[in-house]
Amino acid sequence: MAQIAILERKCNGCGQCAKSCPFGAIDMNNGKPELNAACKVCGVCLKNCPQKAIVRLETKVESVDKTQWNDILVFAEVSGGQLHPVSLELIGKARELAKNVNFRVNAILVGRGVEPFAQELLHYGVHEVAVYDDPGLSFFRADAYACCVEDYIKLRKPSVVLVGATSLGRSLAPRLSTRFHTGLTADCTQLELRENTDLVQIRPAFGGNIMAQIVTTRTRPQFATVRYKVMNAPERSAEAAGTVLNRSIPKGVAESPVRHVSTEPVPAVESISDAEILVVGGRGLQKESDLEMIRELAGLLHGDWAVSRPLVEKGWTTNNRQIGLSGRTVRPKLIITFGVSGAIQFASCMNKSDHIIAVNSDGQAPIFEVAHIAVVGDLYQILPDMIRRIKEAQA
Amino acid sequence: MKILVCVKQVPDTTEVKLGSDLTLQRDFVAQVMNPADESALEFGLRLKDEQGGKLTVLTMGKPAAENMLRESIAKGADEGVLLTDAAFAGADTLATARTLSRAIAFLGGFDLVLFGRRAADGETGQVGAMTAQMLDIPCLSNVIAARLDEALTAEQLTESGVTQWRMPLPAALTFCEWSYALRLPTIMGLRQAKRVEIRKIDFAELGMERMSCGLHGSPTRVIHVDTRPVGVRPCQKMSVEDLLETSSWNDAVSKEDKQ
Repeated sequence: MAQIAILERKCNGCGQCAKSCPFGAIDMNNGKPELNAACKVCGVCLKNCPQKAIVRLETKVESVDKTQWNDILVFAEVSGGQLHPVSLELIGKARELAKNVNFRVNAILVGRGVEPFAQELLHYGVHEVAVYDDPGLSFFRADAYACCVEDYIKLRKPSVVLVGATSLGRSLAPRLSTRFHTGLTADCTQLELRENTDLVQIRPAFGGNIMAQIVTTRTRPQFATVRYKVMNAPERSAEAAGTVLNRSIPKGVAESPVRHVSTEPVPAVESISDAEILVVGGRGLQKESDLEMIRELAGLLHGDWAVSRPLVEKGWTTNNRQIGLSGRTVRPKLIITFGVSGAIQFASCMNKSDHIIAVNSDGQAPIFEVAHIAVVGDLYQILPDMIRRIKEAQA
Repeated sequence: MKILVCVKQVPDTTEVKLGSDLTLQRDFVAQVMNPADESALEFGLRLKDEQGGKLTVLTMGKPAAENMLRESIAKGADEGVLLTDAAFAGADTLATARTLSRAIAFLGGFDLVLFGRRAADGETGQVGAMTAQMLDIPCLSNVIAARLDEALTAEQLTESGVTQWRMPLPAALTFCEWSYALRLPTIMGLRQAKRVEIRKIDFAELGMERMSCGLHGSPTRVIHVDTRPVGVRPCQKMSVEDLLETSSWNDAVSKEDKQ
């Protein structure tokens, strides 16, 4: 536990701290730096202060007994009558993490008719699968589902709880972490488990082009959400191992005041997350109709098309076509970006693609730090040229 | 009926400028209301137009966030409340939710608490659901439309479709960006906004423990920040002509052709 303090007698008001702060947490007020509510105690200002006028104060705070909280719990999501693939990816990651500290990996299934999936999960190296199967859990209601997971967490006291960053998981996880007054980190792109069982959660941070390492230092369990396609799915083993634990339904489920009225499924369109080839347009596109070239190239390559955030904000297309922290994470075999600058919120959601080709007129654009191949130049020449050459080759 | 809209000031990301070190240049970035919060505010205003009641706008942040509250009043909100104190500094989502829920109780409670589904800067999308949990009221996230008669009906957007839910008040909703386009201020509203006093509440007035808000009340800690995050690849520069001859291009494209 720490906080940042600025020593007034040493400070000469140079303002380096305010400039260097990645969170904009230092305001210069009449030539004196003042901390505001955005401070995350990251310590960047300490390093940048030429006067050594900024210090980090450590204070002792009581922590829970971490040895009482063991093992990793994965929330196995069932949506549309199917096990969501992110659940398997999380089990794979959990097993990797668990190895170093001799933890076991457990999974929990909540819903109606989810019991059959328990047998399937036993093929992925989990120790125990807890099942809460009840007609009252037919449709996802955050309060009702949270009651079930809370019940199992109280029973097994896991150190870490991993939840898929789907719309369901994003509603469930905050309700749960709040019930345990503990930390939750959204959209982690990397996870590491320290020997003291602290989970190091890495995610793109707040506005700037930075990644933050976040730790829940003194409470348990440690909740984290991870998106689909960020972690690798484990191999299914032929043999099943582990046990299934059927639990009775906690009474909070029946007490939920929320009633399901109707569900209107949207026609199943292919998600950009499932595409093997993606052609992406960014801020460099000057008008909406230029997206037609992006779509044409995607068509020629039998792939799909996507955009970066500025184009969604301009209203050219919808959020489900957007790659990035506020859109989807993708991991195709080939991705070609046109006029995308490559801010961290974008780059961190596509940098695991097999082949990344970036076209941008600015040779210094950050997208070239993640790309395998750079084509520096005007997309209005390169894109039509590429389309023409591919058409010729295919003819 | 008492309606509360929780809003946040965020950097206007449509006009991002990156410095030479690739961090956001905050000096040049205007602060605006978070886009998803605009939907929540507009829904609240429409509800008030139809059914009457009092609409309060609440934010936690720097003193400068007062402007955003005045703009909300110019658009039809009745009052603005600003939670501002150095003791709130460094709050993570849990500490923020705890402070908001304390303020909600302090202000006498509300029938409907509205949020944006996530902030455009932090993008965690946690504060709404956490606050609702602390208030022990139901919360529906990713709402694209809602209406109120004897009970509240809301349409929730998920990956697989749109689901309609019904629940009694009090309740909380978190709205998707662009589901309700926020109106412009009125002349009357602008006059009102100039005159009205923005209520500022600090840590002492809320009567919170120092250990429950701000950095002290946050279970999560940023322990390290990496400014060259994704790793730099040895990126090969080439022309389109050469690109189409590379094996990586041909492998990726030909596999698809066979299908």
